[in-house]
Amino acid sequence: MEANKEITRANYKQYVFEKMPKSSHWKNMLWAFVVGGTICAIGQAFIFLYSLWFNMQDASVLASATLVFIAAMLTGFGVYDVIGRFAGAGSTIPITGFSNAVVSPALEFRAEGYIYGVGAKMFLVAGPVIVNGVTISVIVALLTLLFGG
Amino acid sequence: MDYYKKRTLNFANSYIAEGYTVAGPKENDGRYKGFFDFALEDDMFAQNTFERAERKMFEHAIEGAIGKANLEESDIEAIVAGDLLNQIVSASFAAKKHHAGFLGIYNACATFAESLIVGSAMLSNGLEHVLCAAGSHFATAERQYRFPLELGVLRSPVTQWTATGVGATVLSNKGDGKSVRITRGTLGRVVDFGVMDANNMGAAMAPSACDTLVTFFRDTETQPSDFDVIYTGDLGKLGSDILMDLTAQEGYDVSKQLHDCGASLYWDEQQTYQGGSGAACSALVFNAVLLGRLRRGEYKRILLAGTGALMSPTTYFQGDSIPAITHLVEVCA
Repeated sequence: MEANKEITRANYKQYVFEKMPKSSHWKNMLWAFVVGGTICAIGQAFIFLYSLWFNMQDASVLASATLVFIAAMLTGFGVYDVIGRFAGAGSTIPITGFSNAVVSPALEFRAEGYIYGVGAKMFLVAGPVIVNGVTISVIVALLTLLFGG
Repeated sequence: MDYYKKRTLNFANSYIAEGYTVAGPKENDGRYKGFFDFALEDDMFAQNTFERAERKMFEHAIEGAIGKANLEESDIEAIVAGDLLNQIVSASFAAKKHHAGFLGIYNACATFAESLIVGSAMLSNGLEHVLCAAGSHFATAERQYRFPLELGVLRSPVTQWTATGVGATVLSNKGDGKSVRITRGTLGRVVDFGVMDANNMGAAMAPSACDTLVTFFRDTETQPSDFDVIYTGDLGKLGSDILMDLTAQEGYDVSKQLHDCGASLYWDEQQTYQGGSGAACSALVFNAVLLGRLRRGEYKRILLAGTGALMSPTTYFQGDSIPAITHLVEVCA
């Protein structure tokens, strides 16, 4: 916005946008890449470890379960939100982020009891992801059925 | 400012008998470490839920203020208090221990200034002692307004940190020449400049702060330079910058006097980004810091402008913009 231009109700949003500090996208992307990549590398290491005893498919399921368990533990110990504060999408997108999204409201609403608290609020954050995920997969499946091979 | 109508009240007999503060651990690690009457070691305050902890802070602050003012519980005729939780349960539940009349009030983070205006008006109408209190708790506010505490999310650089604490002030209709007193109050009106981003509350509230400040200057024919300091509640750093631009446009330069309770509460290393927010900010800083400076004569005349964003998660998710309000009191030594 040009200097000396009057701030009015009409141009206020524009004025605020220009004045506000911006997130550093490059920094955020770098952290997301490093942390997200590290989580995936750890997952891969678990797959290699489990494939010593199981077939590849079982090994990758077990690796996912292990990551979910570790993320749930870290959420309980209050570590995951600290990682998430700088890692952003790097810790939200992997399966560990899903674990965090389920465990954190479960912990938070424990105070209201197991039914109205944990039971009712556990999927507060992850619920929309599940609903949309299921809906979109049904749509994609239908499209595949109609047009695909 | 597109609209102006006089709305400043004069108070002849509103004296501040005493102020008492209960602050959270992070707040007591901040810039005002050691200023508070009581600091929590952890934010559970030996309770099993955060909501009970907030309630206990209120009980503690109310009792603390009455005791510090050398009064008995029975001397207080009215309690005017509010917090940020739905149905203002913290203040209401704390008041059930008392025999005084109770007015539960809510204007988000402007609640403390609002309570001082209401309390002072009660003294003008014959009451002798009124207790005003406001507070907030980081954990209870986060879960009501935002996300679960342990959810790992990236915070926007315009966010603030809800302060944990309660400030209580005992107002009396009698004082001596040395007493700090509330001389005027300006009622805020609800102002909405269309800000949609609930993270950026400073920007949502700054136009309302400008509206109330300019109304006060016009009503009383004063200038910013007539005051030692002007403290806003919780505009944060960005909101304060915006406020300076807006008031300058109205012909009032507040840049030398302007401070923000929320922005001054924490050190930069505490990573609160724009600073503190919440009803606790002005209640803590006024009672723990400003009152002392007025009593010691460091300040003669100050303004406290409590700023509140009046949205709820429901209005926010339904796509409504964020209306704001600012109540102002003039306090003189």
